[in-house]
Amino acid sequence: MGGIKKHKRKEPLIRIAKREGLSKPKTVALKVCATVLALVAGGLFIAAQGHNPFSVYFFMVKGALGTKMSFQETVKVAIPLLISSLGITLAFRMRFWNIGAEGQIIVGAIAASYFALYKNTMPHAVLMSVMALAAIVAGGIWAGIPAFFKSRFGTNETLLTLMFNYIAQYMIQYLREGPWKDPNALGFLQIARFSDNARLGSVLGIQAGWIVALLLTVAVYIYINFTKSGYELRVVGESENTARYAGMNVKRIMMRTMFISGAVCGLAGMLQASGTDRTLTDTVAGGVGFTAIIVAWLANLSAPMILVVTALFSILEKGISFIQSRFMISSAAAAVLQGIILFFVLGFEFFTRYRLVLRREAR
Amino acid sequence: MKKAEYAIRLKEITKSFGNVVANNKINLFAKQGEILALLGENGSGKTTLMNMLSGIYRPDSGSIFIYGEEVYITSPRDSFELGIGMIHQHFKLVDVLSARDNILLGTKRKEGRGTSSLSRGIEDICTRFGFEIDLNKKVHNMSVSEKQTVEILKVLYRGAKILILDEPTAVLTPQETEKLFGILRRMKEEGCAIIIITHKLNEVLEISDRVTVLRKGESVADVVTSETDAISLTSLMVGRPVELSINRPEPAGNESLLEVYHLTVIDDEGKKAIDNISFSLNAGEILGVAGVAGSGQKELCEAIAGLHGVEKGAILYKLENIVGKTPDEIIKMGISMSFIPEDRLGMGLVASMGIVDNLLLKSYRSKKGLFIDRKPPAELAKRLVKKLDIVASDFDSPVSRLSGGNVQKVLLGREIESKPNVLVTAYPVRGLDINSSYTIYDLLNEQKQKGVGILFIGEDLDVLLELCDRIMVLYDGRITGIVDAKSATKDEIGLLMTGSKLEAGA
Repeated sequence: MGGIKKHKRKEPLIRIAKREGLSKPKTVALKVCATVLALVAGGLFIAAQGHNPFSVYFFMVKGALGTKMSFQETVKVAIPLLISSLGITLAFRMRFWNIGAEGQIIVGAIAASYFALYKNTMPHAVLMSVMALAAIVAGGIWAGIPAFFKSRFGTNETLLTLMFNYIAQYMIQYLREGPWKDPNALGFLQIARFSDNARLGSVLGIQAGWIVALLLTVAVYIYINFTKSGYELRVVGESENTARYAGMNVKRIMMRTMFISGAVCGLAGMLQASGTDRTLTDTVAGGVGFTAIIVAWLANLSAPMILVVTALFSILEKGISFIQSRFMISSAAAAVLQGIILFFVLGFEFFTRYRLVLRREAR
Repeated sequence: MKKAEYAIRLKEITKSFGNVVANNKINLFAKQGEILALLGENGSGKTTLMNMLSGIYRPDSGSIFIYGEEVYITSPRDSFELGIGMIHQHFKLVDVLSARDNILLGTKRKEGRGTSSLSRGIEDICTRFGFEIDLNKKVHNMSVSEKQTVEILKVLYRGAKILILDEPTAVLTPQETEKLFGILRRMKEEGCAIIIITHKLNEVLEISDRVTVLRKGESVADVVTSETDAISLTSLMVGRPVELSINRPEPAGNESLLEVYHLTVIDDEGKKAIDNISFSLNAGEILGVAGVAGSGQKELCEAIAGLHGVEKGAILYKLENIVGKTPDEIIKMGISMSFIPEDRLGMGLVASMGIVDNLLLKSYRSKKGLFIDRKPPAELAKRLVKKLDIVASDFDSPVSRLSGGNVQKVLLGREIESKPNVLVTAYPVRGLDINSSYTIYDLLNEQKQKGVGILFIGEDLDVLLELCDRIMVLYDGRITGIVDAKSATKDEIGLLMTGSKLEAGA
């Protein structure tokens, strides 16, 4: 029995076990714990940089929410993030991995910008509606193309939507350096600023997009949970076989859902260009489409939770940029701090699903 | 070799998944040269226990002894090096390789592959245990029974002395089962310890020396086979005495409901899964379908339900051809046909949704407007829970948390509620305990008496013979015979399942 001798090994010290059905209070406790640890680890990092962590954290919050203006700036950051997170959530609930929010935001912005730059003599309300509609259609089609290829030929949607981001990104550069180049910019490669008529107005000092974003949160929640189409997309997400069994047209549902998902993201692009940037730049999406993926997952693909997570993300983002100037922290160090905080919060997701088991006491 | 009393012994093994205790302080042992049957209903913890022996799971507490020494099995490799060989229900073979290459694959022998000494090693094992197999045959050309033989050869060649077989007869005909049992007896004579997992009582009584019964994750009994019988084993397994016969009411009509003519269906791999078959299903009868797994049952069901394309032939429902129509169109035509698929949570139900949302699945479209209405299904859920004794904490928690029997009741309940004329049901009692199985038989009989035509795809021949009116046997996509269930014998059906054609169909 040599084989047995060889195998008298010890049990591993720590092993990972799956957990199921974690209770609500425990989940909350775990998340609070993650946040505290994130702040402690971030605090150590700040202290190592020679600053007082408490005052840095204090000014982070103050910088994001402290004054009316900083609050307005934070909301401005939140608008595109909230809307695109809602958009991709629709696709994600169908287990369609739409990594292309970035590109859908951009094409939405491009389509809206065409009317803003060249057809801007319509009455303001009409122009705004046309721009929004153009953005919705463009974003929807941009997302619909990968959906078409997936439903028809079984292509991988992750790759296709990702690649479409780059196409959209270079499209802006082309427009900026070619056909849409601002002749009055004295050789600078940029697109002209929108005329006043093509700028989205403000409500309570913030661009009106925030109202759209809040309305969309409610709409997406209702759409997913209470409409027939929402029910269908959830069934398709769970199992295409079940959907076919129930007589659903899976291809049509896939195309429709992706169109809506892209349309919502496209609208975010229009609001960003017209409401915040007042022109079309190549940073109109600026990574929001990717951050939205994190937000959607952290919020468990639930619309109300997306609102909460987006708020926290925006505060973090704004606060970090505020402390950079307040404490003369380099942008690299600020990025590290943001990374540390995210690492803990995301890393703790692991513990909501698994637990560690220590080796049993020696018998 | 040191002669330890037990080849394998488990002491107080406990394993839980989250809040569910799958194994609770289980004790079990097998001596060398002994066949132990591990008997238990589905969900009693048999597979979990065996997965701990094969290194897939680790026990939370308790110890495992091999030949008297305590061991820690942390990976399948450990298990294999300890001489434990596991034959899973799903074979792990490379299709394009020959039997010989599959057996040699992954062994660390220095000599070149294909040398005569290696082949002789395998041939020695074959003659010693009485295997009949062509070692040069490619796996994809093999029958299920041959594949199983290769699996067993593979573990024996690697020196396994302790063999665990997980429901090995589920895929075999009665004749093939006999052959397998012959081999197991030879192994026993050679001093192997064999554990056979099953829930078929007659097989337990035929092959085993001892039986360990699991119930709800606990080992409730350990009895010598010769001192027990089917009735007492059943009550040990279920926990109380059970009546073991199935009702068979007289057929409630003879009008033909569904007629299938020269149906040919091509499967996903481009092979003929159903090859030119014709049969009819009457109102008020249960037509059973027997055959080893993969004889075309799945494709037949899906073709009838409109889920699978049809190559040739016609399916007439009340004289109207439904071939080429989508499931949606079939529903819209007013044909009330219900299909209870084999893969319940993967096809019939949405695992992550609650009972109410699952009941919506077939009816949500009938309501006008954009929104779904959860009131009618919520009421239906209440009614079904009461009528079918469904155990569920609430109507909104995922159905995947329900036990297999309750899941099946939800599915069957929903389909019956749509008042079908034709009910197609594939393995409706697979994975269910005895009690739930009988509830399902009763429900099917109730439908039969209402004049519903039922196509019942089954796997347990005893059940098919007791429940059905006629039994159609499929072999490799063809019908080898349709027999009268009242007069047919198990051997007769077994022969048909291996492809011997019946001269005059009943």
